[in-house]
Amino acid sequence: MKSKISAAALAVALAAGPALAQDGLTVGLQLEPPHMDPTSAAAGAIDQVVYANVFEGLTRFGSDGSVNPGLASSWDISEDGLTYTFHLVEGVKFHDGTDFEATDVVFSLDRARGEDSVNAQKALFAGIQSVEAVDPATVKVTLSAPDGMFLFKMAWGDAVMVAPESIEDIKTAPVGTGAFTFGNWVQGDSITLQKNADYWGEPAMLDSATFKFISDPTAAFAAMMAGDVDVFVAFPAPENLPQFDADPRYNVLIGNTEGETILAMNNAREPFSNKLVREAVAHAINRQDIIDGAMFGYGTPIGTFFAPHNPDYVDLTGLSNYDPEKAKALLEEAGVALPLKVKMTLPPPSYARRGGEILAAQLRAVGIEPEIENVEWAQWLENTFRNAHDYDLTIISHTEPMDISSLANPDYYTGYDNPAFAEVIEKVGVESDPEVRSELLKQAQTMLAEDYVAGFLFELPLHTVAKTGVEGLWVNMPTQATDLTAVHWAK
Amino acid sequence: MSLAEETSATSMALKNRNLLLGGALTLVFLGAALISFLWVPYDVTQMDIANKIKGPSAAHWLGTDHYGRDILAMIMVGARTSIAVAVVAVGIGMLVGVPLGLWAAARRGSLLDEVIMRGNDLVFAFPSLVIAVMITAAFGPSATNAIIAIGIFNIPVFARITRSGALTLWSRDFILAARVAGKGAARISFEHILPNVLNLLIVQGTIQFSLGILAEAGLSYVGLGAQPPTPSWGRMLADSQTFISFAPHMALFPGLAILLTVLGLNLMGDGLRDIFDPKLRRGRT
Repeated sequence: MKSKISAAALAVALAAGPALAQDGLTVGLQLEPPHMDPTSAAAGAIDQVVYANVFEGLTRFGSDGSVNPGLASSWDISEDGLTYTFHLVEGVKFHDGTDFEATDVVFSLDRARGEDSVNAQKALFAGIQSVEAVDPATVKVTLSAPDGMFLFKMAWGDAVMVAPESIEDIKTAPVGTGAFTFGNWVQGDSITLQKNADYWGEPAMLDSATFKFISDPTAAFAAMMAGDVDVFVAFPAPENLPQFDADPRYNVLIGNTEGETILAMNNAREPFSNKLVREAVAHAINRQDIIDGAMFGYGTPIGTFFAPHNPDYVDLTGLSNYDPEKAKALLEEAGVALPLKVKMTLPPPSYARRGGEILAAQLRAVGIEPEIENVEWAQWLENTFRNAHDYDLTIISHTEPMDISSLANPDYYTGYDNPAFAEVIEKVGVESDPEVRSELLKQAQTMLAEDYVAGFLFELPLHTVAKTGVEGLWVNMPTQATDLTAVHWAK
Repeated sequence: MSLAEETSATSMALKNRNLLLGGALTLVFLGAALISFLWVPYDVTQMDIANKIKGPSAAHWLGTDHYGRDILAMIMVGARTSIAVAVVAVGIGMLVGVPLGLWAAARRGSLLDEVIMRGNDLVFAFPSLVIAVMITAAFGPSATNAIIAIGIFNIPVFARITRSGALTLWSRDFILAARVAGKGAARISFEHILPNVLNLLIVQGTIQFSLGILAEAGLSYVGLGAQPPTPSWGRMLADSQTFISFAPHMALFPGLAILLTVLGLNLMGDGLRDIFDPKLRRGRT
């Protein structure tokens, strides 16, 4: 009987599918953006909707993480590496009909690096000394020091081009240059994008795209099964993936993200200001159990704050191998009173909530007693990450690319204050020789692992569930984005 | 109670199927909770990831959950959480509600009576779960806050039932006799009124107990009850949701535990009412 029902459902789905869904696409996402301005908030959920779709930068990330030309079709770099001359694509128009010209680039970059800028990644622009429009199609950017990563930095979602004419309402009515125009936002439910008929490049293959926000894993599963969404990016319940995989109506794409998932320890506060205690925690962690238990086997173990698919990655998992006896000995050496009571603050994603429960059990086995506190995103951002840094332990995945440098800031929520590390990171920033750079990056990774700055868990995988017939999706997530410009239904 | 009345109550209790079945179900879960203090098949804080999501077997009678923990052990220890929350919540309701009800009845018709009872109406007017969510949101989710939240909502229930029971008693002759003998309102309330509304309170207490267990499960389900690693039936249900299509045992057993306990308590409450309520008793005999 059951097979009959599902066969009937399949028949209905097949009959209804082509007629309804050929020109539009509904994409499920877990988090709704707070607003639509990627240049003034740290929320990855914003880029998840607008990056490459609505807003574009001078350069842009490809699906493999490579840096490709965006609104700048080419560029010249001066001998000393200080001057970048960008040649802009001509005839580009913003969605409101105004022209995209060199002055817009000057406006965008000056706005991002200005005194009163609220850009979440001001470090991206810190090396810029001046930006000037040579002619409408040429921009000259002068750096204060050579920077091998400058083109990479300009590809970030925080560095996209905005126009002075439409900046006022960017949070609710974003106007960019992308292949999709912003359509409609039903708060708490969905955002609709429309195809930009006057797009300067290869036009989008979809007529419209709707992002639907479903935070509950059970609801996400139901929506996918019922066909309410065509694609779910970063599907939150890995336990359901085998089921989708076995179902001919769906495809499961498994890829990488830049998300180093860590058990962050508050280095600035007792008891984790003591390196011995941090080392004890690192040895109490059984990574494989966390990957199997929380992620159902998906995820690559990491031993430092760096993505394992990056060529400069060093495998340092051996430094923090699972050794509960050693952890106990270290705690004794540290002289802390056992059981050591600490607070573990967990944000909503399932990797954090489930990983937290498993980690708590592992820590209890060596005499550390974490009290779990589940919090909502807003609360986590406010109390743990941004202002107060009021936490002992928390679990979070850092999904920005090449974000090892953020740990160099002693005011970062990790509270890791090591001038030697900051110095290495500073050198990386100005080094343009790839080999020296690679060495420096390896050195930085090793420092973090040897200082046991955090419990390094695993690299967050990207699970995308799509209806059969949806093509052109990114398998990996080299930056926070859902690039729909090449997505289409199979003919 | 005379001896004859007592025997008739006992024999009625034995004849009352509701009471027997309800009592048996309640005993099973009370027993499970008590046994869990001495013995559990597995440690509920011990995870065994290699054996996760296994169906019922000889080693794990009710199977294992997504961390490889034994579900039988979780239900036994979870019963402890549910019962503890419900007992204390009913206790708060009785300790505050009954004196309020007695006081209001003693000063029936006065401004004080009005204030107490309208205050109760006010608390009653709020959807209890919403207030519970508010309390836990303000003071952080924990079993203690869940107890307080559920307890507050038991107060008007007990205040009302005490007052209405007491009101009819205040006009009876034996109360009049007590007043003539010079006893004050407070003394009369506790020496003469309270013992005579006790049966009402026991019946209501049983019902509130089952509601308390449901409320605790509901709060834990939305993550506002007992926090991990303390096992709780409601959280077990919430955790099992995404597994339901291929591991239904994870949802089935905690669900059954909640269902059977609440059913048992309600049946027992009905049975007790049959026995205690004099009108029904007369109708039957």
